[in-house]
Amino acid sequence: MLTDDMKKKIEEECHRCGNRQGACIEAIQTAQTFWGWISDENMEHIARFLGMSPAELDGVASFYNHIYRKPVGKHIVMVCDSVSCWVMGYEKLLDHMTQRLGIGLGGTTADGLFTMVPIQCLGACDKAPAIMIDEKLYTDLTPEKFDRIIEKYREGA
Amino acid sequence: MTLTFEDLQQIAKIEKDKQEGIKYQINVCVAAGCLSCQSGVVKESLEREVNRRGLENWTRVKGVGCLGLCAVGPLLYLEPDGVYYQGVQVSDVSEILDSLGGSPVSRLDCSSHLPFFKRQQKIVLENCGKVDPESIEDYIAEGGYQALYTALRAMTPNEVIDDVATSGLRGRGGAGFPTGLKWTAVSKAFNKTKFVICNADEGDPGAFMDRSVLESDPHRVIEGMAIAGAAVGATNGFIYVRAEYPLAVRRLRHAIAQAERLGVLGKNVFNTTFDFEIKVRLGAGAFVCGEETALIASIEGRRGTPRPRPPFPAEFGLWGFPTLINNVETFANIPPIIRNGGDWFAEIGTEKSKGTKVFALAGRVNNTGLIEVPMGTPLRDIVFDIGGGIPENRRFKAVQTGGPSGGCIPEQFLDMPVDYESLAKVGSIMGSGGLIIMDETSCMVDVAKFFMEFCMSESCGKCVPCRVGTTQIYNLLSSITNGTGKSADIPNLEELCDLVKNTSLCGLGQTSPNPVMSTLRYFRDEYEAHIHDKTCPAGACNCGGSKEAK
Ligand SMILES: Cc1cc2nc3c(=O)[nH]c(=O)nc-3n(C[C@H](O)[C@H](O)[C@H](O)COP(=O)(O)O)c2cc1C
Ligand code: FES
Repeated sequence: MLTDDMKKKIEEECHRCGNRQGACIEAIQTAQTFWGWISDENMEHIARFLGMSPAELDGVASFYNHIYRKPVGKHIVMVCDSVSCWVMGYEKLLDHMTQRLGIGLGGTTADGLFTMVPIQCLGACDKAPAIMIDEKLYTDLTPEKFDRIIEKYREGA
Repeated sequence: MTLTFEDLQQIAKIEKDKQEGIKYQINVCVAAGCLSCQSGVVKESLEREVNRRGLENWTRVKGVGCLGLCAVGPLLYLEPDGVYYQGVQVSDVSEILDSLGGSPVSRLDCSSHLPFFKRQQKIVLENCGKVDPESIEDYIAEGGYQALYTALRAMTPNEVIDDVATSGLRGRGGAGFPTGLKWTAVSKAFNKTKFVICNADEGDPGAFMDRSVLESDPHRVIEGMAIAGAAVGATNGFIYVRAEYPLAVRRLRHAIAQAERLGVLGKNVFNTTFDFEIKVRLGAGAFVCGEETALIASIEGRRGTPRPRPPFPAEFGLWGFPTLINNVETFANIPPIIRNGGDWFAEIGTEKSKGTKVFALAGRVNNTGLIEVPMGTPLRDIVFDIGGGIPENRRFKAVQTGGPSGGCIPEQFLDMPVDYESLAKVGSIMGSGGLIIMDETSCMVDVAKFFMEFCMSESCGKCVPCRVGTTQIYNLLSSITNGTGKSADIPNLEELCDLVKNTSLCGLGQTSPNPVMSTLRYFRDEYEAHIHDKTCPAGACNCGGSKEAK
């Protein structure tokens, strides 16, 4: 269910766009910051709130990579798989991350803390390889640096 | 509230007065690159220490936009001494303050990187490293919003457009379409409602110019858009930014709120009849949304699939209304063009490519970061003087420009001037300005495969040549890199590339064969080595066990 707080935020987006369908991607993203992901049921709630059909909204949502339709971990680890990171050794790093977290791209750790997803260029190519956890950018990554970062998130959990 | 020119000057004066008595200014880069290596903490520590020592009346610590040399951040720039410091840590703070007025801390000095700073010419980035991106007053103190004032109060819309046309500015979003022509088309479109869109989707992997401009100098883009709105007769603007750029989004929203508060955005800007509003819209992760018709669909809240053009957005754009869509860097060039005149801009660069271009240097090069040089600067100067050459004494192999739509340029063309025409001549494109340097450890077949995989996964699937063709090309490249390639693969590749190029619906498909075609053209021997000798000359692919051998 959409809470009043969420409705208020979505309403603001609609107002900002001056158009209800125009706000649909933002509306989903707003809802996602609360739920972490969008279930079918919640997709319906949002669609109804925007005056769209659920199928129509789902069609839009499925196009975009950052809209999650499955439960995700508390933190999203976005791994840049674009060219500069690749030239600077992304594959080795990915191997390490996969081992360390025990999940592949798209997977979620058993403790529900991390979901790892691939992402296009983070615009940090000059300090490749780069990843972004939630909204924080980590650059010039090495396996050791990654381990330290992950430890910090674990401690914070 | 309406702002007058006197108000602008008053704001600038107050800002300048604040600097009265300031003997030393320490500019700390707070763009994403340096923030990710803790420049924020260094800045706080400097501020604390300045206060503790009671130096605040004559020493000012200021957060500024990108200083460019992101490779060795966190970066500091000391005024008036003109000293750059690199890799600054909290533990260096005391020593830096001790040294003010004396000789610089040589341990941190980046003077060895001097060519990096000296060889550049900054127009788009003129404020980067100078103004505080979170302060509109600071932007105004550097002459900000005067161009908007001039455009509204001292020029007619046609004069503004003429100036842009005279400047010879071409779109920085990739295709290089003449900006003046585009503005003319939108201004002539007959409709009361028109829109201006700033394309900040920056999808090209390897490119981060737009991110830096938005993080370092957001007001410049806002001013450019407002001038465009006034020139073409639009009252609403949208900035479509990638969600992957949270800092840029925050700074933009902050800047828009400031501009609205002062009245440079909103109703009756500068006491004229001109109203202009800007909204920020977030992308949700789809490369093809950088294409203008897909971007418009996305703003309308639909799937971001491109549609055939014509009609062009200039006639039939957002919600069917005439729409001007330009790239971030294109808009960022507008205020200086209006301030200094189109002729001034046309003096810079080459005959057909005017002005400067911002490039993002990345990959196997010493000085990675953001640079701005006049169009026509030879590649060699960019890679070896400004970029400082290849690390570990390795050999330069190629520079990739234009991302997945571009190509790989080999050593023999290093003396070529960088402009739209020259790049096209050697089978690449300017693209948005990413330059990825590759050395002898990069396998060119693997590079081609990498980009093809990208296009395959980013194809929106609407047209068959792009959807199926990219997969077929990818499969051929895969078999070549894993050592099962056949002689017939090369002609087959060439034929497929030709087909995809000529029959795809949008630019993504049409240009996707470029990386394959350019590597086939210049590095055919590498393809042949994989196929005939089952070896990867660069030792990067796993064909015939060369990876294990490495
Ligand atoms: C697949 C594809 C992706 C594109 N991505 C971008 C982009 O990320 N940023 C951009 O400014 N233009 C991009 N473009 C170009 C836009 O369609 C459009 O031409 C541009 O925004 C116009 O601005 P300009 O005239 O200032 O260059 C892309 C084009 C294609 C075909
Ligand atoms: S390629 Fe990874 S951040 Fe740009």
